Amino acid sequence: MTDSTETLTTSKSDSPSLIAKFLKGTELDTRLLGMFGALALIWLGFHFYGAIINGYGAMLTPRNLWNLSVQTSSIGIMATGMVLVIVTRNIDLSVGALVGVTGMTMGLLQVEFLPQYLGLGNPFIWIITAVTGILVGAMIGAFHGWLIAYRGIPAFIVTLGGLLVWRGAAFLSNNGKTISPVDSTFQLLGGGPYGTIGATGSWIVGALACVAIIWMLISGRRSRMAHGFPLRPIWGEVTVGGLACSLVVGAVFLVNAYPWPKGIIKQYAAANNITVPEEGMFISHGFAIPVLILFTVGILMTILVNRTRFGRNVFAIGGNPEAAALAGINVKWMTLKIFALMGALAGLAAVVASARLNSATNALGLLDELYVIAAAVIGGTSLAGGVGTIYGAILGALVMQSLQSGMVLIGFDTSVQQIVVGSVLVFAVYLDNLYRKKAK
Amino acid sequence: MSTERTGTPLVEMRDISIAFGGIHAVDGVSLDLYPGEVVGLLGHNGAGKSTLIKCLSGAYQADSGEFWIDGKKANIESPIDSRELNIETIYQTLALADNLDAASNLFLGRELTTPLGFLDDARMEAETRKIMARLNPNFKKFKEPVSALSGGQRQSVAIARAVYFNARILIMDEPTAALGVHETEMVADLIKELKSQGLGIFLISHDTREMMDLCDRVAVMKNGKLIGNERVEDVTEDDILSMIIMGKNPKKAA
Repeated sequence: MTDSTETLTTSKSDSPSLIAKFLKGTELDTRLLGMFGALALIWLGFHFYGAIINGYGAMLTPRNLWNLSVQTSSIGIMATGMVLVIVTRNIDLSVGALVGVTGMTMGLLQVEFLPQYLGLGNPFIWIITAVTGILVGAMIGAFHGWLIAYRGIPAFIVTLGGLLVWRGAAFLSNNGKTISPVDSTFQLLGGGPYGTIGATGSWIVGALACVAIIWMLISGRRSRMAHGFPLRPIWGEVTVGGLACSLVVGAVFLVNAYPWPKGIIKQYAAANNITVPEEGMFISHGFAIPVLILFTVGILMTILVNRTRFGRNVFAIGGNPEAAALAGINVKWMTLKIFALMGALAGLAAVVASARLNSATNALGLLDELYVIAAAVIGGTSLAGGVGTIYGAILGALVMQSLQSGMVLIGFDTSVQQIVVGSVLVFAVYLDNLYRKKAK
Repeated sequence: MSTERTGTPLVEMRDISIAFGGIHAVDGVSLDLYPGEVVGLLGHNGAGKSTLIKCLSGAYQADSGEFWIDGKKANIESPIDSRELNIETIYQTLALADNLDAASNLFLGRELTTPLGFLDDARMEAETRKIMARLNPNFKKFKEPVSALSGGQRQSVAIARAVYFNARILIMDEPTAALGVHETEMVADLIKELKSQGLGIFLISHDTREMMDLCDRVAVMKNGKLIGNERVEDVTEDDILSMIIMGKNPKKAA
């Protein structure tokens, strides 16, 4: 017994020197690396399972990964808000129903009402619709937050009630009928061949992202130097910058490798008086607009969480609500604002989801609350409060969506999918517990 | 009367009462505090000491009674009100957000920001390093969440928070309860230093000997009532103990 533990500890202290050195120099989060590892495992697993069993690996194709990015958008947008909700020791079970009710509101607005006053296809319809959807979501969220903070009803109950109420309201709003098609500009917000920024646009976005990464590393180093704090070694900075930039460049290559389908090219060529050459035309999709929306939300939310007093106070409330109150933080008002923000993000997710489907149905966002909560939790948000990251939640959404889409590709039944997703969620939280215990 | 206790008191609590569900936690207590004075609050657990000072720090709202700060009537309805009157509190529980680092805790609720309104983490950390160098030179864990700190280190974060913002009135609820001998000494030195700077300090402790050593006056509470309010020179440790246990002031009886 003693022997085995001794050898274990000695081998441990010998072997990690290189890995530990790498982690220390780059200051990379082991959890982040773990998430990338899980993602790689899921992607490779489904790809080779498909390749071996079905004779065709469909997972690691530009087409599938592009679709995956679009499918992740709406869950990812909401997961960033759920991080704040869970960090402050609350829960929001109503986000799926909010997607439904704001989706229906926007459907009615852009199809039934606005064309009457502005005329069909008016360029303002999409923006008025989207802003209204986000505002309605924010108002409902604020109402939930008010009930929770100022009326003392537990968040679990308020949002469980909200789940039923708003789903019912979504049905009643148009007597259960689906509204389709949506405004043609609005539709672009959901992706699809036209809702993309093309090869050149994607390269521009990629280049900007790389510049931003390098600028952040340099300014971070300068600020540390200015205050005399310990610095990362140069090789660490270069590794981090190199890894991040190659991820960005890789993503651009990937989305540009997925061409428009032939039918769309024909349509496009006919509309623009281009003759399609014999061997066919290659028009890249590039990044889809919903993915760019997700990235924008992710960046803004990260800034909100890490760089503003609001974000700092959110984490203080999660860490010790009593201490936060004693420090003069208005916990009730903060709670209301957090739920309002969650509602607004659900409204934005509804924009993406209904635009992608090109229709508004009362079932829009059904069960989304579970995927959103799972994404946040898999991404490292602790249900005990006080801990969570935005990038983790977005990666968590990607993991959830990869599982889902992988199982569809290899032909698992919906029932099996549910079993797997449910088990993975429970297992992920168990792993997370182990990780935290070890980290302590 | 010593010369210290002339002029306007820094704090005057007049007839403060607060009840929780029929139990009078604090029952008509009047107490004052002068600049450069340390007043010790003594009593059993549940005697109402912590509740009384929580009324002063804004954590609770007194049911009745008045607070006079610098001779002016003050409305204390929240911790923010109290802070604006330059009252800082070190709570018994320390009131730290365990998931945040020392700098975030020190500036909790009054974070430093850049001109654009973003958090200035670098400046907050630099300021934290400065004050910690003064209070606890051994403190090195600036990046870790405070849950990773020892009891003494956590205490010094809580003390730094109270001292950093130039408090004029300091409330310390059992500041040495979780500390070792060396750290207790450091807190005692700090109290003496702050006192010489003219701060008024309310000190809560169970350690009668420590109180005799640090305080100018001791106030003893029992069952929500103020039993005695005596200068330390005028009482013995036994007098204090009998006030705590019997609830009677031997000096008054005499």
